[in-house]
Formats: sequence, C-alpha cells, structure tokens
Amino acid sequence: MSGNKNTDAEVMTGDIPISTPPMGFRVIAREFLRDRVALGAFVILVLLIVGIFVGSLAIDLDKVMRVSLMDQYAPPSADFLLGTDSGGRDILGQLIVGARNSILIGIAVTILTSILGVLVGITAGFYGGVIDNILMRIVDFIMLLPTTMLIIVFVTIVKNYDVWSFILIMSAFYWVGQARLIRSKALSEGRRDYISASKTMGTPSLYIMFREIMPNLSSLIIVNVTLNFAANIGIETGLTYLGFGLPSSTPSLGTLVSYASSPDILENKTWVWLPASLLILTLMLSINYVGQALKRAADAKQRLG
Amino acid sequence: MWKTVVRRILLMIPQIFILSILVFGVAKLMPGDPFTGLITPETDPMVIEMLRERAGLNDPVPVQYFRWLGNALQDVMTIIGMRAQNTILLSALSLVLTYLIALPLGMFAGRYNDSFFDKAVVVYNYVSFAIPTFVLALLMLWLFGYTLNWFPTSGSVDVTYASGSMDYFLNRAYHLVLPGITAAFLGTTSIIQYLRSEVIDAKTQDYVKTARSKGVPETVVYNRHIFRNSALPIASTLGYQITFLIGGSVFIEQIFAFPGMGQLFVSSINSRDYSVITALVLLFGVATLFGTLLSDIIMSIVDPRIRID
Repeated sequence: MSGNKNTDAEVMTGDIPISTPPMGFRVIAREFLRDRVALGAFVILVLLIVGIFVGSLAIDLDKVMRVSLMDQYAPPSADFLLGTDSGGRDILGQLIVGARNSILIGIAVTILTSILGVLVGITAGFYGGVIDNILMRIVDFIMLLPTTMLIIVFVTIVKNYDVWSFILIMSAFYWVGQARLIRSKALSEGRRDYISASKTMGTPSLYIMFREIMPNLSSLIIVNVTLNFAANIGIETGLTYLGFGLPSSTPSLGTLVSYASSPDILENKTWVWLPASLLILTLMLSINYVGQALKRAADAKQRLG
Repeated sequence: MWKTVVRRILLMIPQIFILSILVFGVAKLMPGDPFTGLITPETDPMVIEMLRERAGLNDPVPVQYFRWLGNALQDVMTIIGMRAQNTILLSALSLVLTYLIALPLGMFAGRYNDSFFDKAVVVYNYVSFAIPTFVLALLMLWLFGYTLNWFPTSGSVDVTYASGSMDYFLNRAYHLVLPGITAAFLGTTSIIQYLRSEVIDAKTQDYVKTARSKGVPETVVYNRHIFRNSALPIASTLGYQITFLIGGSVFIEQIFAFPGMGQLFVSSINSRDYSVITALVLLFGVATLFGTLLSDIIMSIVDPRIRID
C-alpha cells in the first residue's frame, strides 16, 4: 500500500507543471508586468470604467437630454467639450451615459450567458452519453441559426419591449459558444482519476460538478467571460446602431454612432459619432488585450513571466 | 468519402426542417393578421370569423405550415433577383480578398516570426479581431468614401450606365470594392492566426528538416512544403467564411447603402413586411447550413482521417 501512495504522490507532483492550475493573483500580476501593452490596456480600461461611472454619477441626465435648438450641432467648444447633436444636446454627457449603459448591458448579458453556458457545459460534459448528445444537438442547432437576423426579428415582435427583453433575447442566442467550450473541457476533466475516485466515494454529482470540476475550469471560464464581455458590447452597440437594440429611452454608444446614418453628419459633423466609435473601439481593444493576457497567464506553456 | 458526404447531407434535412418550423413559429408570433386593421367596434364578429376562415387562419397548424412554406418559397424566388445577385457578388469578392490578404500575411508572419513585419501582423490581427463590423464599416466609409472621395458612398451601380455595357460592369465592380475590403478585413483574423502558428510549428518538423538537408531552397521549403501542409485545413474554413459573411451582410450593406439582401432585411423590418422577413430569415438560415455543410465536405476531402468508410 505504501508503494502505491508513493507513485500517487509522484504522479501528482509530475502533473502539476503540465496541468492548468487555477490562476493565482500573483501569476496574473506577473504576466501583466511582463507585458507592457497588456498593462497599458488594463490601466486604460480601469481609467475608462472608473471615469464613465464616476462621470455618470455627476451628470444630470435631464439636463443632458434637454433640447435647446439654439445650440443645434454646435462644434466642440468650451461650453460643450464634444459639441452637440441635432437637438443641441451635449455629446459628452450622452457619451458617458451611453457608455455606462453599454457596459452595464454587456455585463448583464455576459453574466446570464456565462451562467447558462457553464451550467449546460458542465452538465453535458459530466454526464456524457444521452444527456450530452441531446444538449449538444440543441447547442449545435442554435449555433447554425442566422443569429443577428433572429435577434432583430424578436426585438421587433416582442410586446412591451424594454431593456430586460433585449438582454434576455441576446442572452438566448449567445450562451451556446460558452457551453460548447466548457463542455469539451468538462468532458476530459470528468474522465480524470480524481473525479472517478470522488464518484467511487459516493460524492453527490452536483458537488462533483460545481465544487470539483468547475474550480479546475475556472481559468478557462474567466478568460472566456472577459472575451465575451467585449464581444457582447460590440453586438449590443451594433444592434442599437441599426435601431434594434436598446429602446430609445436608454441611450447607448450605438445610439450616438447611429446619428452617422445621415451622410451630412457622417461627413461634416464628425464630433457627433466619431468619439463614440473610437470609445467602442478602445473598450473592445483593451478588454480583448486583457483577455489575451489572462489567457496566457492561464496556460503555463504560453506564460511570458 | 462519398459516404461521409451523403451522410452529412442527410443530416441536414432534419436541420432545415426544424429551422423552417422555428421560422414558422416566429411568423405566427408576429403581431396581427391581415384583418386586424379592418376591425371596428361595429364589425360583426361573425364576419371576422368568416374572413379568417376563408383566409385559412382557422385551419389545423400543419396545413397552415405547409401553406406558409409554399408562400415563403415563392417570396424567396422573387427576392432572388438583383438583390441576391448583389449579395452573392459582394460575398464572392470578400472571400477572394480575404484569402488574398490572409495567406501571404500568415505565411510571411510565420516565416519571419518575431520580426517587425510579424509584430505588425499581430497588431493587425488584434485590431481586426476586436473591431465591431459597424464601427469599421463606418470608419472606412467616412475615410475612403467621404473624406478622400476614392470610392462611391452608396448603391451598387450608378444609374447613368446602360445595363450590359463594359462601363456598367466596371462601375458595379467599383461599388463593390469598399464594402468588399471591409468584410475581408474582418474575415482574415482567424486564417492569419491559424496559418502563422502552423508555419511556426512546421519550422522544426522532420519533413522540413529533410527538405532542407536535401538542399531545397528556403523559399521552396516555405512556399511548397510548408504551405501545402499548413494551408490545407484552411480550405475548410471556406464554408464558415460564408456563414460569417451572411451575418455581417446586414451591417455592411446597411452602412454602404448597398442594395443586397441584408439591406432588404433591415428595410422590411422597418416597414414590417413580415412575409419578406420570414422568407429572408429562412433563406439566410439555409445558406448558413450550406456553409457548414461545405466546410465539412471540404474537410473530409482534405483530411482522410475523418472519413467514414
């Protein structure tokens, strides 16, 4: 028996460098310090988010949205740092409120899709067999749908359309990618010895799934949540740009960009739509870059530090 | 190989069926029937009932489904005219451009990895991965269409040209360039990333060492030996690229005011033209299914391991 224990211990110590351990804060910090661009992206992201949320607290939305035709399409000046739109409304104020809404919606969709994706993925991966087959056929089918068009159709036919309907409609289509990814990892994780041992000892399935398998997938989940967050902001602003996203009472960054549908504004009044477009781009780039750095930190083979 | 292909095609039939049921369900959810507007408080409920009966709205659901499917197919046929032609032309151009940009960039970045060129390609990849379609399309339209005046800013052809003349075709091609490049820019990301890492991996593999020790010139090693091995799996991305282009066409066509099916979709949504909407969703859904079918078939030709024999 003692000999057995020894080999077990050896296998375990031998396994540690190869497997992907849950990320420690120190590993992440080291990765970011090694990669200056990632650090820069992180700092920009934190500054932007703090700026947007603090700024939106200081802003009086009613004052921003008050129409004053005297100031119609005022170019950037001391009064209006980024100029005004067709109703003489301050662009900077709309930009901050819009960015806050876009970020909050992005977070809400990311949370919902991640919960559903992780639940379905781990369930399918843990049980395998028929359950896996059924769940994955559903996932595959949703992945094959023309998602953008169906979301637009649902947005137009839902009664009493509000922000929450939009979040639910978007989430209904975007959880499948996460589910598929988590499932493939959970499938291989579920075949490992420690899970078999746990099953033999009679540990309840739910406990194995969410206290034993899930922690070992945490780095994968964190990386994906980050990348999905960026993608969701892009999708939301895009749909709002087309006019099928947030209801008009809730301005988003896409709302500001959508003013550019008029050629005159696109060509001559760039202050209306360009800052919002660049802000979306900056957010997407920095979140993605942070996500990529996290991805490297999660994989011992790719780490820089 | 044919077994795999036939099996894959048979698998698609239930998928198309479920898709049509789903779209039919959505169509039934769409508000109102043709008589909603006619109803006033004075209208005799018997009359409405009679009208509904005559229009078949009280028939069993399967009967309604098949009638709806027939109508939708008819709508699809009418859409397949200029609109579909435009979208197919634009997608074909984007596909060609995607591979023209991605293959050399991926090969060179992999061959000279860690060089300045490689780093530039990595940055390009980051931007093309992160930027949303509509933001890129707007920036391109603003920069090259309005500010520099290099390209037309809307439409698929100027009205001044007679259909069929050489100038007409050139003008049509001219209108395709800017939306085509925009879509291609977004499509290159995954191909470049894949090819670059494949080439870097291949550098140290035995067959490459063998080729080198035989005295094969370095350029030939890369352009023949490595390229053939690394680029084959990329052939199978063709179908997914089509799927991707379909999804993006709604944004690209809308922004470049390009009269294709994506723009038709947005305008039918705005005018609540439900029969065209359902026909388009059905058409795009089937096109997406064919895209993945194409990818799977190419994959089974390229990679003998996944064939069922």
